[in-house]
Parts: sequence; C-alpha cells; structure tokens
Amino acid sequence: MSFQAVVFYILSAILIFAGFRVVTAKNPVHAALYLVLAFFTASGHWLLLQAEFLAIALVLVYVGAVMVLFLFVVMMLDINVEKLREGFWRHFPQAATVALIMMAEIVLILSSPEAHLSDVKPAAAAAVAGEISNVKVLGRQLYTTYLLAFEAAAVILLVAMVAAIGITIRQRKDSKYVDPGVQVRVQSKDRVRVVKMAATKRQDDDVSDSNEQQA
Amino acid sequence: MELLQSLLGSEAGMAVWTLLKILAIVAPLMIGVAYLTLAERKVIGYMQIRIGPNRVGPKGLLQPLADGVKLLMKEIILPTKSSKGLFLLAPVLSIMPALAAWAVIPFNDTMVLANINASLLYIMAITSMGVYGVIVAGWAGNSKYSFLGALRSSAQIVSYELAMGFALVGVLMVSSSLNLVDIVNQQGQGIAGGSIFSWNWLPLFPLFIVYLVSGVAETNRAPFDVAEGESEIVAGFHVEYSGMAFAIFFLAEYANMILVAALTSIMFLGGWLSPFPASWGALGASGIVWLLVKMSAVLFCFLWFRATFPRYRYDQIMRLGWKVFIPVTLVSILVLGLWMLSPLSLWK
Repeated sequence: MSFQAVVFYILSAILIFAGFRVVTAKNPVHAALYLVLAFFTASGHWLLLQAEFLAIALVLVYVGAVMVLFLFVVMMLDINVEKLREGFWRHFPQAATVALIMMAEIVLILSSPEAHLSDVKPAAAAAVAGEISNVKVLGRQLYTTYLLAFEAAAVILLVAMVAAIGITIRQRKDSKYVDPGVQVRVQSKDRVRVVKMAATKRQDDDVSDSNEQQA
Repeated sequence: MELLQSLLGSEAGMAVWTLLKILAIVAPLMIGVAYLTLAERKVIGYMQIRIGPNRVGPKGLLQPLADGVKLLMKEIILPTKSSKGLFLLAPVLSIMPALAAWAVIPFNDTMVLANINASLLYIMAITSMGVYGVIVAGWAGNSKYSFLGALRSSAQIVSYELAMGFALVGVLMVSSSLNLVDIVNQQGQGIAGGSIFSWNWLPLFPLFIVYLVSGVAETNRAPFDVAEGESEIVAGFHVEYSGMAFAIFFLAEYANMILVAALTSIMFLGGWLSPFPASWGALGASGIVWLLVKMSAVLFCFLWFRATFPRYRYDQIMRLGWKVFIPVTLVSILVLGLWMLSPLSLWK
C-alpha cells in the first residue's frame, strides 16, 4: 500500500468518526467542534487530490470564518438537549427515508457512466501539463468560461448580505453613541471652565474655635 | 541529507531531514519568544523610566529561564464542571497555528521549509484557525469572565481577518503570485531599481498601515487587548488556566507576534533584501540578517504601541475594523487596479 493510500484511509476514518460524532454528540458545542474536525479532514482529502486551492479555501472559509460564528451562536444559546431528543424515534422513519433517498441519488450520480467521473483527470495533471499552478487554472476558468455564473453568485451573496444587515439594523433610542469625529475634535475649552475667584481670607480666630467646640 | 538518506534509506532519510529542518525553525523561534518577553519588559520599563527585570543573571538576561521554570513547577488546575478534554485541548489549538504557519515562511531565496505556490493562502488559512484556541479555552473553563473574553476576542479576530485579507489582496495583485519567495523577489525590481523605495510599503502605503494595525489586533495586543482586559474581565479567555497550560497561551501570543512581524517584513518591507544599494559591499548584500532586522523593528513597534496607547473601547474596535479599515482597503484595491492598468504602472 502506498503512502498516499495509508494517509487516505487514516483521513477517511477520522472523517467518518467526526461526521458520526456531529450527529451523536450530546453537547452542541462538541458537535460543532467535530464538524470543524470533519471540514479539516475533508480539506486533507482535497490536498491528497492535489487540489490545494480548494483545500485551503475550505479551511479559510468554513473553518476560519463560518464555523467560528456558528460556534459563537451555539455557545450563547441555552439549548435543552433533553427536549431536542424527545421525538427522536417518532421522527426516525421519515428521516431515514430522506437519508436513504439522498444516499441513492449520490450513488446513482457517482456511478452513472454519463457523469464521466472515471475518465476525469486530476486537476494537478492538467496543471503540470501546462506548467501553471492550480490557482491560475481555477482563476482562468472562473473568469472566462464560468464568468456569468460566478458573477451571479457574487450578486446573490451581496443581496443576502445587504438583506441581513437591513433586517438587523435599528435605531436604538437609549444608545449613548457619540460620533468619534466629534470626540477627537473636542478642545479643552469645551469641557473645562476655569473660574477665577479672589482668594478668601479667614475672618478671625473665633470661627475656628467655635467649629472645634461643635465637633 | 545524502548522508541521512544513505544511512536510513531514501524515504526515512527525507523524513528525518525534514524533522531536523523543523527543529531548526522552532528552536530559535522559542528562544525568540522567551527573549521577546524580556525585551517587552525592558523596553516598556525604560519607556516608563524604570529599569525592568535586572536581578536574574547579568542585566536580567536569564529572567525568561526563571519564568519558564516557575511556570513548569506550577500545578495545572482543572476547574470543576469544566469540559476536561476541551480544556486541555485549547492551548494546543492555540499554539498549533502559530507554529504551523512557519512552514512556508522563507528566510532567503532558498531557505524555506516548503516552497509551495499557494503559500499566502496557506498562511491565511492557518492563522484563521488560531481563534479556536481562544474560543474553546473560554468556553471549556466554565467561567463567565473567560467566556466573555472569548466572545470579544473571536468577534475581533474574525473582523480584522477581513481587513488583513484585503490588504494581502493588494500585495497579491502587484506581485501576481501567491508564493512568498516571488513576492519578495518582485519587490527587488521596479521603477526605483529595487531600492527601499520599490518595496511594497511605499506604493501600497494604506494597505501597509492597515495590515500592521490589523496584525496588532489579530494578536490581541494592546491597544486591542480587550480579550484579556485585566481591569474589566480579570484576564479574559485564559483566566482559568495555570502553570504550563497558561504558559502555552503566552507562548502562542508571542509566537504570533513574531509571525506577524515576519509576514509584514516579507509582504511590505522587502524581506531579506538590503535597504542599501548593491554597490555598498557587505551592507548592500541581501541576506537573512536583514529579515531579522526588519522583524525586530516591527516587534519594537508592537512594544512601543503597548507602552503608548490606552486600550480601545470595544465598539471603537469594531468601528475601526468594519467602518474604517474595510472601506479603506476596498478603495485602495480599486485604485491599485486602475493604477496597474494605466501607463503609469510600476509593475510591468
């Protein structure tokens, strides 16, 4: 067995274990962290296929950004695990049916001769043939052949982002926000008032004596 | 390497050779981390008209060793009701990215552990994982203070990563490569004849400043250290850690500082290129010394910031990241793109 095959089986074992634990872990934070492990291991698989751009993008986007925010939310929610598990066996048949249908679809796609998956060359082979890197090949494809789809995806993401901001933005009346520009421009004479007063003199010694007696 | 391969066979020899190279990077890095802590205390001490540590060894030079031994001897306390596995995993998650990123850092034309084509992307991906150490540490300790520190820190790191990434897009555009060696070599050419004025810091000045400040924010250093604001939330995400577990967070923070200094030097300050003209003999020759000098200068700025600026308020940090840095970088990239297409372009 070659070195790559050994790595492939080790990574696959970790990936399956992590995927299984995402579903079965009792604590939602643990489940989210197992999902991070699953993403990381999947990127290892892509590295084995010499698709280094996709592998690094998976880590950068999903592990570095999406899952951090996801974990952020999961930690702050007070999730009642018992309540979530109540209807498990009642809903199991429907869920199993959906899972089986999805599985069958994936198997059909991957095994059908029309998909030509068996004669697709690895991206690395194409890259080596032309002596250019994986990243350049992908970039060229994205900005020439698939430009329209790429830009459509970008516009959809932009609209989603604007919508998300639009939903959450609201003016709070109790906000104590101060414009930092105003804060920076402030001068000492706006805040401090120097009051000139004539020095007062003690009238006579009797005052202090009477004070002492009162004390 | 030939000797090792003849002794152990080709594959095992290669593995041992790579391990030796890793050791040659990590060991000086750890010594650098130890002495950076001393430098920080000394520099800030002198800035505040104090002397700093001067009792252990000549002029206090053995202080880091004493600190290390002290931390090693301390007991590691596991808080009750903490998530034990995650609690112990968090320091590892924190130091792993700080060390793994060094795999692609070039020290000169040929001295690099892995000269891969996508090294810039690799750096961004690996450093983006550092936040897990902070979040997991904050959550697993089962303490309100550490949890608050973790939430602050994760929001801050994710925000500043965007600005940092955009700043690197500018570097990527002018060097038309993701390879760090090519990025440095590109800075040695150009209209100013490869002198100090053709390095990226001058033509990409806004991006350089954004990168440097985001680097300070990414490493949770003052004035962006709300994650461990000791006056508000005691010590932030690592409040429950003691002994060596705490020391590992400490090492990770300083290793990250050195990493950011190295990246700034490579991306914007010409890496191992000499600031002097080549006709100056030894001073004009490029070499690893220049990279170390530039890294030290950037690290000195880190310490200087800490001694100078008061801590930012949390909403000010977020405003700076999202409303100042990201628009600045977006406009800079647009202007840069137009500049590169115009006849005045420096990068033909």
